[in-house]
Amino acid sequence: MYKSFSDHLLDWAGRILLTLILGFLVLPFIVVFIASFNESAILSFPPQSWSTRWYVNAFEYRDFGNGLRNSLRVAAFGAGIALVAGAGFAYVFNRYDFAFKNTLNGILLSPLIIPNFTIGLGVLVLTAAASMPRNVWTVVAVHVIIVLPFVVRSVYVSLQNLERAYEQAAESLGGRPLHVLLTITLPLLLPGLVAGAIFAAILSFNEFTASLYVVSQRTETLPVAMYNYVREYADPTLAAMSVLYVAAVAALLLLVHKIFRLEKVLNVD
Amino acid sequence: MTKRPFLGWFASPSILIAFGITASVLAIVQYSLRAHVPGSIDPGGFTLANFATLWHVAYGLVFLNSLLLCIWTALFALLIGYPLAYAMVRARSLSLRSAILLISLTPLFLGEIVRTYSWMIVLGNRGFLNSVLLQTGLIERPINLMFTMSGVVIALVHFTLPIVVVMLAAALSHIDRNLERAATSLGAGRIRVFLTVTLPLSIPGVVAATSTAFAWTFSAFATPQMIGGGQVQTISTMVYQVGFASFNFPLAASLSLMGLLFAVAVLAIFNTGMRQLERHGAH
Repeated sequence: MYKSFSDHLLDWAGRILLTLILGFLVLPFIVVFIASFNESAILSFPPQSWSTRWYVNAFEYRDFGNGLRNSLRVAAFGAGIALVAGAGFAYVFNRYDFAFKNTLNGILLSPLIIPNFTIGLGVLVLTAAASMPRNVWTVVAVHVIIVLPFVVRSVYVSLQNLERAYEQAAESLGGRPLHVLLTITLPLLLPGLVAGAIFAAILSFNEFTASLYVVSQRTETLPVAMYNYVREYADPTLAAMSVLYVAAVAALLLLVHKIFRLEKVLNVD
Repeated sequence: MTKRPFLGWFASPSILIAFGITASVLAIVQYSLRAHVPGSIDPGGFTLANFATLWHVAYGLVFLNSLLLCIWTALFALLIGYPLAYAMVRARSLSLRSAILLISLTPLFLGEIVRTYSWMIVLGNRGFLNSVLLQTGLIERPINLMFTMSGVVIALVHFTLPIVVVMLAAALSHIDRNLERAATSLGAGRIRVFLTVTLPLSIPGVVAATSTAFAWTFSAFATPQMIGGGQVQTISTMVYQVGFASFNFPLAASLSLMGLLFAVAVLAIFNTGMRQLERHGAH
C-alpha cells in the first residue's frame, strides 16, 4: 500500500512514543538492578565500585527467609482455598438461579472496590471483637478474600467459553451428573482453573497492605519483611532482594505465557 | 435425583467467605461507633465522637489529597496507557506483541513494595534521576521528588499502568476493524479514523479503566507511605497512622468507613456522569 510522507511521520512518532513508554515501565527495574551491585552502602550513580555482597546479605537475612516461607505457605493455602470456593461459585453462578444469587456475587466481588487497608483493618477488628487468635490462618483468610474475585472472573470466563454440547452428549448417553462433571466439565475447564490458581497465588504472594494489619512478627510475609527492612536500613540489600523478586516473577510469567498465552488469559486477544 | 446437582456443595465455601467479608465490614461499622480506650485495642461505649473528630479541616484536606492523587494518577495512566494498549493490540509482528505484553504486564505481578522501592532509588536526591541530571549539567541542585505529590504520582502511574493497559487492550481488541476500514475507504485519514471511529468505540473501556485506576490508587498504601514519607497524607496512610501509631482503632475504623463511602460516591458520580455524556453523544 502506498504510504504518504505524513503516514511515515506518524509511524515514527508512534515508535518513539512506544519506546519512551516502555522505557518508563522498565526504568525502575534497570535502576534497581544497577543499584543492587553498588559496593557502598550509600547509593550513588554510577556506582564507584561493584560487589555482590548485598545478594549474600539478602540470602542471610533471617527475616527474608522466614517471610519467604510464610508467603509461600499463605499463597499456597490462599490460592487453593480461593480456587475451590471461586470455581464452585462461578459454576453455580453460571448454571443456576437461586435465592440471593446476585447479593452473594456482589459481596464476593466487593473486595475489588473495598481498599485493601479496609479489608485488613476489618479482619483485625473482627478478630479483636470476637476474641479470636491471630495466626497464619488469619493472614490466609485475608488473602482468600482479596484474590477470590480474580479466580471467580477467570473461571467464569472459561465457563462461558465452554461448549455445552459435550456435557449434553454425555448426559444423553446416561452419564450421571458427578461422572459428567469429573470426566467432561473439569478437564475442559482445567486451563482456566490452573491460570486462575497461578494468578491467585502471585497476587497473594505480592499482597502487602492488608497483610500489614494482621501479621505478627512470627507470621510476617515477605513483602512486610521487605517493608520493615526499608524502614530500618538504607543499604542496597533490598535492591538485591528486588532483583531476585523480579527475576522469579518474570520467569514464572514467561512460563505461563508459553503454556497459556497471556493475551488469552487476560482476554485482550 | 435432584434437579440441581452440586448446588449446595459448590456454593457453601463461597457463602462462608461472603459471611466473613460481611462480618469484617460490620466490625468496622461497629468499631467506628465506639469510644477509644487509650492503650487498648478493645473499644469503649457507643458514641458518635469519632465522626465529630473527622469533621475537621485536617481530615478534609486528607480526603482532598487522596482525590487529587487519584485524579492525576488516572489521567496520566490513561494518557500513557492508551497508546501502549493500542500498540499491543495492533502490532503486526507477534514477537513485538509478546514483548509489549510481557513488559507492560510483569509490573502487575510485582507488588507494591518492589516497585515503590525501585522508584525510591530513581527519585531520591542521590538517586538515579538526579545523578543523571546533575552530571549532564541540566540542573545545578537536586530536584526534590521524594516526599512530594509529583513523586507519588509518578510511582502511582507506574503502579496502575498495567491494569489500565489490560482493560484498554481488552476494549480495543473487541472493536470491529471493518468499521475502521469503511472509514478509510471513504477517504478518512488515519488520525481522523482514530478520532471519529476507534476512540469513540473504546470509550466504555476508557471509563472502566478510569474507575479501576481510581480504585487502585485509592487502595494504594506503600507508595504514598514510602515515597510520600509522611509529607503526602492519604486516607490509606492516615488510617494506618491512626491505628498503629496512636492505637486509636475506633477512629481508624470511622476514617476507613468514610473513605469507603467517599470512594463509592466518587465512582458513582463518575459513572453516572459518563453515562449521561454517552447518551448525549449518541444523538
